[in-house]
Amino acid sequence: MKGIIGKKIGMTSIFDPTGKQTACTIIEAGPCVVTQVKTKESDGYSALQLSFGEKKEKHATQAEKNHFAKASTAPKKFSKEFRDFAIEKNIGETVTVDIFAEGDKVEVVGTTKGKGFQGVVKRHGFHGVGQQSHGQHDRQRAPGSLGNSSDAARVMKGMKMAGRTGTDRVKLKGLKVVKIFAEKNYILVSGSVPGHIGSIVLIQK
Amino acid sequence: MNAIAYVHEQLTGKKEFPKFKAGDNITVNYKIIEGNKERIQSFKGDVIKRQGTGHTACFTVRKISDGVGVERLFPFFSPNIESIVLNKTGNVRRAKLFYQRKRSGKSARIREKRMAVVATDTAK
Repeated sequence: MKGIIGKKIGMTSIFDPTGKQTACTIIEAGPCVVTQVKTKESDGYSALQLSFGEKKEKHATQAEKNHFAKASTAPKKFSKEFRDFAIEKNIGETVTVDIFAEGDKVEVVGTTKGKGFQGVVKRHGFHGVGQQSHGQHDRQRAPGSLGNSSDAARVMKGMKMAGRTGTDRVKLKGLKVVKIFAEKNYILVSGSVPGHIGSIVLIQK
Repeated sequence: MNAIAYVHEQLTGKKEFPKFKAGDNITVNYKIIEGNKERIQSFKGDVIKRQGTGHTACFTVRKISDGVGVERLFPFFSPNIESIVLNKTGNVRRAKLFYQRKRSGKSARIREKRMAVVATDTAK
């Protein structure tokens, strides 16, 4: 596995030589610093901890300062472990967008936009109850029955109801790397990516 | 938005088009592929809108073909656009000419904007 941490910038589109237009998302990925190397001998599994994003010195705790000092780097905003990293890296080295090539199929992990408290139609794809006419009203977005009658006499656990929606961790598979601007650390992947502009996303392969 | 502008600048090839806006009459020459042959087809009509910025900017051209209104949307930076020819400059007061869709015949005509030099010539 190889991966990098990035920030969602926004969307645009790109033409291929035949004139086909593809929507794509611009992600500012890396450069990430390797802040910890975990090995099978010492930790039971092998992984690289990558860190991304600037954090002001005064906002970092002493523990963070000491942790990042080991990699001789300034405190970072976001850290993430990548298991069994395909490329050998030592602590303090950087990972850039060069680990990917144009045409690669990648996975993108992000946190979806928060939607607030939503009803069952939006949250679970229910269809509502009944019609608009024939003497009915106020039932278009209703959840319907919650369960059985006197046998059970309670609502089953896990019943789909209204509630807080969004801010889910979502992984999209099979996105194509359309273009890479290595000098600016931009990577363009096909299609949309979960989350708002400026949110942290992981690109893995 | 700076990042998007940078990407657009990198993607945008050097293409020179005449300056035109909504109301102008233009001819768009674009490539089409038939089987494995490539040829150039032209679409002549009035521009009814321009939209977008940078690499994703596009415009819509409307013409009346056999009494039926036909609209086609062209992206500026599509590699299929061969050339654009500006035929006439229109005298319109709006940036989007969607009202043209409801009109037909004489009222659908767009008055030509006469340039100052041309105006003095006709005055003689």
